Amino acid sequence: MWPGTPLFPDTASTMAHRVDALYFFLIGLTAFFSLLIAGLIIYYAIKFRRRAPDSVGARLSGGLVLEITWTVIPLGIVLVIFTWGASVFFAMARPPADTLNIYVVGKQWMWKFQHLNGAREINELHVPIGQPVKLIMTSEDVIHDLFFPAFRVKADVIPGRYTEIWFEATRPGTYHLFCAEYCGTRHSGMIGQVVVLEPSEFQTWLSSGQAEGSLASAGGKLFRDLACNTCHRSDAQGRGPVLDGLFGKTVTLQSGDRIAVDEAYIRESIVNPNEKLTAGFQPIMPAYQGQVTEEQLLELIEYVRALGTGTSLPSLRPDAGGPRPGENTPSRGGNVPR
Amino acid sequence: MPRTNPLLLPPRHYLNNGFGVRSWLLTRDHKRIALLYLVGVTLFFFIGGAFAVMIRLELATPAGELVTDDTYNKLFTLHGVMMVFFFLIPAIPAVLGNFLIPLMIGAKDLAFPKLNLASWYIYMIGATFTLYAVVTGGLDTGWTFYTPFSSAYSTTQVVPAAVGIFITGFSSILTGLNFIVTIHRMRAPGLTWFRLPLFVWSHYAASLIMVLGTPVVAITILMVAAERIFGFGLFDPNRGGDPVLFQHLFWFYSHPAVYIMILPAMGVISELVAAFCRKQVFGYTFVAFASLGIAVLGFLVWGHHMFVAGQSVYAALIFSILSFLVAIPSAIKVFNWTATMYKGSIAWETPMLYAIGFIGLFTIGGLTGLFLAAVGLDVHVTDTYFIVAHFHYIMVGGTIMGYLGGLHYWWPKISGRTYNELLAKVSAAIIFFGFNLTFFPQFIVGYLGMPRRYHAYPPEFQLLNVLSSAGASILGVGYLIPMIYLAWSLRYGRIVGSNPWGAVGLEWTTTSPPPTENFAETPVVTWDAYEYPTEVHGHVA
Repeated sequence: MWPGTPLFPDTASTMAHRVDALYFFLIGLTAFFSLLIAGLIIYYAIKFRRRAPDSVGARLSGGLVLEITWTVIPLGIVLVIFTWGASVFFAMARPPADTLNIYVVGKQWMWKFQHLNGAREINELHVPIGQPVKLIMTSEDVIHDLFFPAFRVKADVIPGRYTEIWFEATRPGTYHLFCAEYCGTRHSGMIGQVVVLEPSEFQTWLSSGQAEGSLASAGGKLFRDLACNTCHRSDAQGRGPVLDGLFGKTVTLQSGDRIAVDEAYIRESIVNPNEKLTAGFQPIMPAYQGQVTEEQLLELIEYVRALGTGTSLPSLRPDAGGPRPGENTPSRGGNVPR
Repeated sequence: MPRTNPLLLPPRHYLNNGFGVRSWLLTRDHKRIALLYLVGVTLFFFIGGAFAVMIRLELATPAGELVTDDTYNKLFTLHGVMMVFFFLIPAIPAVLGNFLIPLMIGAKDLAFPKLNLASWYIYMIGATFTLYAVVTGGLDTGWTFYTPFSSAYSTTQVVPAAVGIFITGFSSILTGLNFIVTIHRMRAPGLTWFRLPLFVWSHYAASLIMVLGTPVVAITILMVAAERIFGFGLFDPNRGGDPVLFQHLFWFYSHPAVYIMILPAMGVISELVAAFCRKQVFGYTFVAFASLGIAVLGFLVWGHHMFVAGQSVYAALIFSILSFLVAIPSAIKVFNWTATMYKGSIAWETPMLYAIGFIGLFTIGGLTGLFLAAVGLDVHVTDTYFIVAHFHYIMVGGTIMGYLGGLHYWWPKISGRTYNELLAKVSAAIIFFGFNLTFFPQFIVGYLGMPRRYHAYPPEFQLLNVLSSAGASILGVGYLIPMIYLAWSLRYGRIVGSNPWGAVGLEWTTTSPPPTENFAETPVVTWDAYEYPTEVHGHVA
């Protein structure tokens, strides 16, 4: 009746051991202090039990040395835990430079994953071992939270924002993925699995799908369909800013502020362009709020990221699956005004 | 308690000063208002408890077969709303605090008796709105009301429930205000701040939070209602709002609210430990200032609820270290209670069992808080059953143990009678065992990764959930027994004198039950708190 009740989760990422080490340390600490307090209380309760109805306790009102001792020692201990917890958190918050990026869109009540080569999955995510993977996530509706217990990482998935998780899987297998932020009726059904594969198997899996072309190429098509290219021209003759090579740079806004061009800024510039207008341009771009889906926004972002990087496709690392023969590679020379 | 000759109740006391419904509903006596609150919080505790029973029944199997997902979501939401806003926050302050603060400081009543009665009416009106929401379709937002789900997506009775919580907030504010003014202005001659019982200190600290924090959550809840009704773009990103802003505003109050629940319980424990060790609380000033320290620091740690909500790394680190600092005054209290027992004259009476239970469970609850303050570890365990276990150790293992311990300790003062000591000890043991069986497995299933608020869950988590459900049924029985024998004792309990425990403290110098005006003449205090003479006569009336 009890199909294998585990008492400890799978450990399948580089982060898992770091988190577990801190966990075990804290279990030890908790056990030590709980037993110390419980032991003292039981010992005192027996040794100093009331023997005569009229007896009273000794007159002992306090001791400065003791007070200082049990203030300073816990302070020292919590500073150690703080530093340890902070260092683990820094590692979680700082992905390595060269990650395999996958986009995630959460909606009531499913997870949609988009690989850069165009492969799409729902409630199932395939990743290779030995390769840092970064998930760039947003939500179509309410706040969700993508949680991989075996990797010991989670992050909220927030409408109107991009949040990130990164991990490097270490053990092939199939593990749970959960929505960890309550999101309505079928919250507990917003689950799935992450399938961790050997790199070669991952390559096979990635190229076996019926991808319609990479995300960036889908974004390029959309860019033309929405006629973005009439203003955002590469020759600086358009009415909008040149987008080639813009991703990751810093631009100056009308207000004089400077802002880094990241996923969030590109998204905002599409759905609400006049909010943070680039200096030197007129507020003539229509707002696309509600006209493009979150998934299309991700395609556009990936297209802008690819623009001007000198590659016709966003660079998947060679060992993690690059452009495949026969894939519908966009020929930007022909389709995008240069 | 040593058996003595049958005693009689005093001829004149607050309970026989008028018997009609009017004499209760229009009373200005803080002791009667405390009993009105006792009726209210007991009712809402059992309503909230009934929701908990259904939650645990549902979770006994992984498939989610007993109730639908929508119903389940309403069950955990209403369990949280009822327990947090209508039981845990008012329970100790409004019942025990209301009854005891004037008695402990030698006053005739609180500073504003009519305001005190108004607080109870406001509380009941707020509860009525929320109960209306319960019976007209329920609420499925979680007690945390996270946006934009609550403000733009939920189709349940968010507005009436929000209005109920908004209204009830004023009850809390007025009670806090009443306590602060009373403690400042109405202490008996000679009762200096550092002669006050620690129960009064901890209520003072909790009152500061009630007055300063509650308006923020009231406004926040009102903003959610406004977004629902008028479509203001406050939290919904589709209308230009910021969903995370809600979390900042909500936790700015709702984290300190935890200290509204636990500080008064800590005050109760200080009284119980002193009384049943017949000894001064070790390190009195440190315990007193620890209460204020917790109240102040409590306002600076709300961000630790949001470590995975897209907060900046540096904000997370600051909230992390401030959260760790809260551990220090909490640890100081635990160490001082333990040290108080050293060379005490320790009586194994029911309230002391609750106090010992509190210290044990609060220690575990507090130490598991360190897991959550450590950001890198919190990322894994937040939003899982680890959190559920942690805060139930603080709120149920802490606040309810303190509340029940206090109720048993002061019951002879409140009613003039005592309860069946054996039944009381047995039920304290049942509660302690049932509590641990319910919530300890949740730490394990939480680290395994089971998210909270799940109607169905993967089958490998079932054993731990079955243990939890079994524990909950034991815990439920443990809570029902005191309800029965305390009610029974009101009529049939043995009459005790003014000071059955042989405790010191002004409340034990007047009759049990006390007269309406509390004291025949205003006491003059010339001694420190918990200053025991070399021997006491516990059984003297």
